[in-house]
Amino acid sequence: MSPKTVLRASTALALCISTSAAMAQDTTITIATVNNGDMIRMQGYTDRFTEETGINVEWVTLEENVLRQRVTTDITTNGGQFDIMTIGMYEAPIWGANGWLVPLDNLSEDYNVDDILPAMRGGLSHDGTLYAAPFYGESSMVMYRTDLMEAAGLEMPAAPTWDFIREAAAAMTDRENDINGICLRGKPGWGEGGAFINAMANSFGARVVDENWQAQLDSEAWANTLNFFNGMMQESGPAAFATNGFNENLSLFNQGLCGMWIDATVAASFVTNPNDSEVADSVGFALAPDNGLGPRSNWLWAWALAIPAGTQQSDAALQFIEWATSADYIELVAENEGWANVPPGARQSLYDNPNYAAVPFAQMTLDSILSANPSEPTVDPVPYTGIQFMAIPEFAGFWTEVSQEFSNAYAGQQTVEEALARAQDIVNEALEAAGYQ
Amino acid sequence: MARAVTTQRKALNTALAWLVGLVIFFPILWTILTSFKTEAEAIANPPIILFFDWTLENYGVVQERSNYVRFLWNSVIIAGGSTLLGILIAIPAAWSMAFVPSRRTKDILLWMLSTKMLPAVGVLYPIYLLCIQLGVLDNRIALVVILMLINLPIIVWMLYTYFKEIPGEILEAARMDGAGLKEELLYVLTPMAVPGIASTILLNFILAWNEAFWTLNLTSVDAAPLTAFIASYSSPEGLFFAKLSAASTMAIAPILILGWFSQKQLVRGLTFGAVK
Repeated sequence: MSPKTVLRASTALALCISTSAAMAQDTTITIATVNNGDMIRMQGYTDRFTEETGINVEWVTLEENVLRQRVTTDITTNGGQFDIMTIGMYEAPIWGANGWLVPLDNLSEDYNVDDILPAMRGGLSHDGTLYAAPFYGESSMVMYRTDLMEAAGLEMPAAPTWDFIREAAAAMTDRENDINGICLRGKPGWGEGGAFINAMANSFGARVVDENWQAQLDSEAWANTLNFFNGMMQESGPAAFATNGFNENLSLFNQGLCGMWIDATVAASFVTNPNDSEVADSVGFALAPDNGLGPRSNWLWAWALAIPAGTQQSDAALQFIEWATSADYIELVAENEGWANVPPGARQSLYDNPNYAAVPFAQMTLDSILSANPSEPTVDPVPYTGIQFMAIPEFAGFWTEVSQEFSNAYAGQQTVEEALARAQDIVNEALEAAGYQ
Repeated sequence: MARAVTTQRKALNTALAWLVGLVIFFPILWTILTSFKTEAEAIANPPIILFFDWTLENYGVVQERSNYVRFLWNSVIIAGGSTLLGILIAIPAAWSMAFVPSRRTKDILLWMLSTKMLPAVGVLYPIYLLCIQLGVLDNRIALVVILMLINLPIIVWMLYTYFKEIPGEILEAARMDGAGLKEELLYVLTPMAVPGIASTILLNFILAWNEAFWTLNLTSVDAAPLTAFIASYSSPEGLFFAKLSAASTMAIAPILILGWFSQKQLVRGLTFGAVK
């Protein structure tokens, strides 16, 4: 090779490198996300990503419902305001099917997509194509006070039944000292009390619709579910349980005012953190209860990162997603903040790691996630996927209305039977209008 | 002849006024106090009112996580711009309705007010699509125009009410002295209606400052005001009440200070014409 050719080649190479470096330096991606602890922690490490790649990151952090409205408006109008959106298991398959998301089918080998827990991968895919990468995943489980359980002379099984939970709740309730045997979500909202009761109904043999999309809320199984929930909460729950959601129950539990709390596995790191919880050293974990019918009452959820189809920066967005949902990111957080604070529930390798196995709630979180089956969530067959939700666009609207009816029943404004009759009409009307029936 | 007010009655009225004031102000006071607590103290039951370990940690965290000044500047531009633009359009409109009314003036006023009854979400998609087409999503000027249009009926109504209190003969006298329309508006009407205009400006500035539907839905990074700043601290999974309170305190502080210094004008304007 002549010196002239070498010179030309090196000049071209230098030009390419400097151009791509300049392009990377100028690239800024905008990410819409929720204000959850793990997401905020991720924002703190963004500088490292920028250092590694030269890609700048702008964050738009919003409250969950505002975020949902905001990103839905943007994606349906092709607004292009965001390069990455934080979405859940409910949106990912629906939006993927509509062609609103970029398929994540060209992830690098180093990323090891097969390491993602199958339940998470399945829930974030449509027709076998992954549309969102899980940042953290969760199921639900029982968190209970070991000291109160012991004082009540009971022992929590690893996989309790609803009858045991009710008996234990009654035994732990101490009204004089404001201790409620059990704290559960009763707040209206499809993602609040609506999610809990739907997952609970699965374990009672209930289903929202039959194979022909006919509402089944007038069934005996639904009446049993709601009467059991309402009865147990009236006996052993907080006075205002009809308006309590995740945060209200977390607050009660951390102050030592709940014997048991059945909720998201992600709460385990909050209730065992001595900086926030007064009962951090006396918390035990068990699988969400069942009734011996097959399905347990736990749900499955993931907060995941997806690329909207309207973005102009899909390569940079994919780079960020690979970085933020990688095993290396988990290591980075563990190194700086300890294993209890890493984003859980997304990768198998995390649960194979002996350091993480030492975290008290790690195994129960994994067992809860693995025991959830969104493809067959109920005893009798259903035409939808999803445990605490039906993966259809209309669900969020009508289930919010249904949960409002249920909350009214918990608050004594109507009977359980009246609430279920109204819920039956709401679901049938919505499904008929949407053309399912 | 006015009735003599006894000292006892005066004291009772004063105490009652303070009580009502405290009840109204209590949520703000509670937010401010919570912003100086730790997260654990913020959710303590029974609540701790004053005797806690005062800390500025939450303000530090908020300052570190968010670019407060950028949000504040956007709020000032959007609220200030929409209010001033609205006033410029509303003064001539209210003048014509108050001093040269037609048969349809009352109907027009009512129609203008009725546009406030339309739920904002009903026009979210058309406005969002318009913003995309015009390339003004996440743009402060777009928000200035939209908030001005939203608040314009209130501005016109308020100014119309104040202008109606001004005797038309004064304007006629000015005209007879050779004042044109511009002089009449600028040198006669406006100075006489200063308390009314000032209170209209203040009230609309507050309304625009607090507007949280359009400012959240049409912004992302560049034009996001303080409403978006607060929304970023609300969490469905995690107790961050102390940090949320710190963010809220920082967001309401400018408007509280403005309200405090202009309360005389505000009260004078709001009671303008109330007692004849």
